[in-house]
Amino acid sequence: MEKVEKANAEKYVQLENVDMTFTTKKGTFNALNNINLSIKEGEFISIIGHSGCGKSTLLNLIAGLLQPTEGLLFCAGREISGPGPERAVVFQNHSLLPWLTCYENVYLAVERVFGVSSKSRESKAQLEARTHAAIELVGLSHSENKHPNEISGGMKQRVGIARALAMEPKVLLLDEPFGALDALTRANLQDELMKIMAKSGCTAVMVTHDVDESILLSDRVIMMTNGPSAGIGEILEVNLPRPRARLDLAENKDYNHLRGEVLRFLYERHAKKAA
Amino acid sequence: MSAISISKESLKSIMQSKDTMVSKGVVMTGNKNEAIENVAGITKTLSIQLKPSNLSIKTFQFFKWLLPPVFGILLLLAIWTLISYQSPNLPGPLKTWHSAIQLFSDPFYDHGPNDMGVGWNILASLQRVALGFGLAALVGIPMGFIIGRFEFVARMTAPVISLLRPVSPLAWLPIGLLVFQAANPAAIWVIFISAVWPMIINTAVGVSKVPQDYMNVAKVLNLSEWKVVTKILFPFTLPYMMTGVRLSIGVAWLVIVAAEMLTGGVGIGFWVWDEWNNLNVEHIIIAIFIVGIVGLLLELALTQIAKRFSYE
Repeated sequence: MEKVEKANAEKYVQLENVDMTFTTKKGTFNALNNINLSIKEGEFISIIGHSGCGKSTLLNLIAGLLQPTEGLLFCAGREISGPGPERAVVFQNHSLLPWLTCYENVYLAVERVFGVSSKSRESKAQLEARTHAAIELVGLSHSENKHPNEISGGMKQRVGIARALAMEPKVLLLDEPFGALDALTRANLQDELMKIMAKSGCTAVMVTHDVDESILLSDRVIMMTNGPSAGIGEILEVNLPRPRARLDLAENKDYNHLRGEVLRFLYERHAKKAA
Repeated sequence: MSAISISKESLKSIMQSKDTMVSKGVVMTGNKNEAIENVAGITKTLSIQLKPSNLSIKTFQFFKWLLPPVFGILLLLAIWTLISYQSPNLPGPLKTWHSAIQLFSDPFYDHGPNDMGVGWNILASLQRVALGFGLAALVGIPMGFIIGRFEFVARMTAPVISLLRPVSPLAWLPIGLLVFQAANPAAIWVIFISAVWPMIINTAVGVSKVPQDYMNVAKVLNLSEWKVVTKILFPFTLPYMMTGVRLSIGVAWLVIVAAEMLTGGVGIGFWVWDEWNNLNVEHIIIAIFIVGIVGLLLELALTQIAKRFSYE
């Protein structure tokens, strides 16, 4: 029994021979080809690659928003058959509902996860406390009653993160979460995300196209080859000690070596032909 | 020190005027500097008074805003007057105006079902519109939701809607008379059938336009169908729905006059027909204005409601 649990922890999220082919008007398009990947419990994984390499497709497969054409996906030993609250997603464009306040947006998720199941149904006060706590975690208590169009892009993304974390997911899936933000806001949110992840200790998979972001945040960087029929090119272990500080890393030899590795992969071995 | 370029006489008048805050004593007894400061203060307040006030700017802008529509209405009256000179049977604006004053001095008299005040007729028409339109909303909006949500239903209803929608509203009247065996339900039926299409179509379009992002959120949160409808579909679709509702009320009010001309009874449409039989042309023109103004008010009211409910 213990062995099984240990195996589950080693292969918390598992992808086996995953193939994804889309059928479009122009014919079929093979986006992903034979993906095999195991993610440990509590690990932070980044998926990096040129645009069109299918990294968002991979994330959507883990989220259950897409079904693989072939192959199997598992999360905590169970097959992934559809989307579920144990795999929360932070969307690139935040996807907050504009007619609800930040609080209501988070509450919607909390209510669904903790207020419905008959076994451990929580009271309204408990649900509200959870919502407040999640918003406080991302430092937005002062504007929780504002609507999304009244706050900045960075704040919207924070609410998106709060919504995902409030569900207490087993796996947090981040789809280019800071892609639409300016560099300064992005750095701020990366630092905060690092702190939050250290606190919650949940497994995370992040899609990104930012080399520094991928190394700063993750334990492993998955580098994807170019599509069509994209696959995992190389996997880079990031052995930098945590907690990591952005400024210290700037001068760090290991960091710069890792950074060079990713850059060489992206721009030498798998350079994208000029579109 | 140009601020004190003020004549002695005007200074005197300032000192004597009730508005002046400075008492005579202070100026007289105080030292020279103080007096100068005081005078500077007075000129300051004066110059503020001389500037065009906020209020007058607002009135000016109001008139600037009002001028074009007023011109438009005057132009309409001018053309009307011109035509009435050419055609002796058509009463001019003045004659109509006098007739309107007389008519509206007692809008709610009741001399039996065939001779009721114009107010009763308007109310009767509004009641029919409210009933027909309300029923259309009750049927059309949920139907639009179902059509927008389920591809199968959308494809199932598409040919039926395309076939029935272009039919002239009055073509439905005989069917109504046949089925209901009475004029009043038949008129309401005509309103219903002509008002229901814009609501179905606009609601369905709104539902089908819900961004995939929002639906992905619903999927990831694993929201129940009820939550999807109330928290995502309904708020997103509301502006589309209100467009449908506005179009519908316009159509309903358009159709009621024609329907009542055919069905008779009490109502603004029947009233027009009755006045035509009496050859009371002033009243027909008044009826045209009534129909126009009531339609405009209905539209305005719904636009206000739509604004109130819009999330943007």
